[in-house]
Amino acid sequence: MRRVVITGMGIYSCIGQNLAQVKDALYAGKSGIVFDQNRIDFGYRSAYTGMVDLPDLKSHLSRRQRISLGEEAAYAFVATQEALSNAKINQDYLDKHEVGIIYGNDSTANSTVESVDKIREKNDTTLVGSGAIFKAMNSTVTMNLSTIFKLKGVNFTISAACASGSHSIGMGFQLIKSGLQDCVITGGAQEINTIAMSSFDGLGVFATGSSDDPTKVSRPFDSARNGLVPSGGAATLILESYESAMKRGAPILAEVIGYGFSSNGDHISTPNEEGPTRAMQKALNYAEIKAADIDYVNAHATSTPVGDANEAKAIYNVFGGSNPPVSSTKSMTGHECWMAGASEVVYSILMMQHSFVAPNINLENPDEDSKKLNLVSETLNKKIDVFLSNSFGFGGTNSALIVKKP
Amino acid sequence: MMTKEVITEKVDAFLIDEFEVEEDAIAPGANLKDTLGLDSLDFVDLVVAVESNFGVKLVGEDFTNVITLKDFYNLIEKKLA
Repeated sequence: MRRVVITGMGIYSCIGQNLAQVKDALYAGKSGIVFDQNRIDFGYRSAYTGMVDLPDLKSHLSRRQRISLGEEAAYAFVATQEALSNAKINQDYLDKHEVGIIYGNDSTANSTVESVDKIREKNDTTLVGSGAIFKAMNSTVTMNLSTIFKLKGVNFTISAACASGSHSIGMGFQLIKSGLQDCVITGGAQEINTIAMSSFDGLGVFATGSSDDPTKVSRPFDSARNGLVPSGGAATLILESYESAMKRGAPILAEVIGYGFSSNGDHISTPNEEGPTRAMQKALNYAEIKAADIDYVNAHATSTPVGDANEAKAIYNVFGGSNPPVSSTKSMTGHECWMAGASEVVYSILMMQHSFVAPNINLENPDEDSKKLNLVSETLNKKIDVFLSNSFGFGGTNSALIVKKP
Repeated sequence: MMTKEVITEKVDAFLIDEFEVEEDAIAPGANLKDTLGLDSLDFVDLVVAVESNFGVKLVGEDFTNVITLKDFYNLIEKKLA
């Protein structure tokens, strides 16, 4: 079986709009969470969210390209531009080679609602304009980016709730491993707007906080946590066969060596302990390494009471013997949902490249389950050779990826 | 009654500003597809632009004999009459 390497990555998130900014924010333990009054006015329970600027793409894309891009696809374009540049892949290379795209996305709520509102107002479907359909379909990111970059390989979207981005990397990994593709653009995108997250807020799982400081509200594993903070943006990783990367003299940032997945077969929204345990164990088996070989675990932990407790138990089940450092970067970024599985691999590779573990900020009093883990609450300077990144989602979908230093 | 000059001015303005057509390419004889580069999806957006600028609704069949920009001006003038 072939080896699969990561030759480029790009990030557009609430803690930075490119790799350099994000690396600094991770090291500094800087939060990207803000208070958004619009949410309260709209009827939300929680006003907290990660926030990014909508990129101005006028100088990068034609009108035809721009009017088909919703918010999440615009973020994905920016992250992918950075990733391709990072991988030293230009348009000429894309024109001459079969490069594919598999991207995680699980909503286009704002675009859908905007277009239906327009049709209701005008009572005429034509007056919604030609871009609406391409913004509103769930595959908006892959359909737009494959057109903009004129991609000729695999082309589809993964929708797996908050594990979408992670599974997109897992699927790209499989296609390259099996020889079906040489290079696949993978990643995850997440819209940030009042409409997209409103029904999620309605479940009562968003943090209402006990502090006036928005940066203190996302507190995975801490006993005072009372919910997650939604966020978004996009993260892209270029996966490539080792042979292809060597042939074109590409930079090799990391190697994907394991992918494990499972389904809880349980509750639609409440995570359990057994499913994530199996996903992590399967990833280790795939990579043919032992739990003790993992130097860092980037936890899914979103800051919900039940989710974090069950993940802490699952991590302890698998890693209790070696107890590697664990942190949840969602303490800084909030929960980047469909994007998170990809962005957290980018964050962890940045840590691996710069030899540090980013802190799980706001961890003051770990609860009973979290106490058993080696949680990192302040930046730790440490060499990382191999890390595992967890992502779990509604419906009980679980994904664990193992990535190694080249 | 809107004069032909006003119609021309408004159409040229939205073609340049919204459709990003090169100003130099704007001429009554310009072919909408070949010269101005408008494709089938752009024709949907022309319907939107005409509705918002002139308050009249066009349908696909209205474009049957519309080849040049001048044909397009004439179509709008006819609809407004």
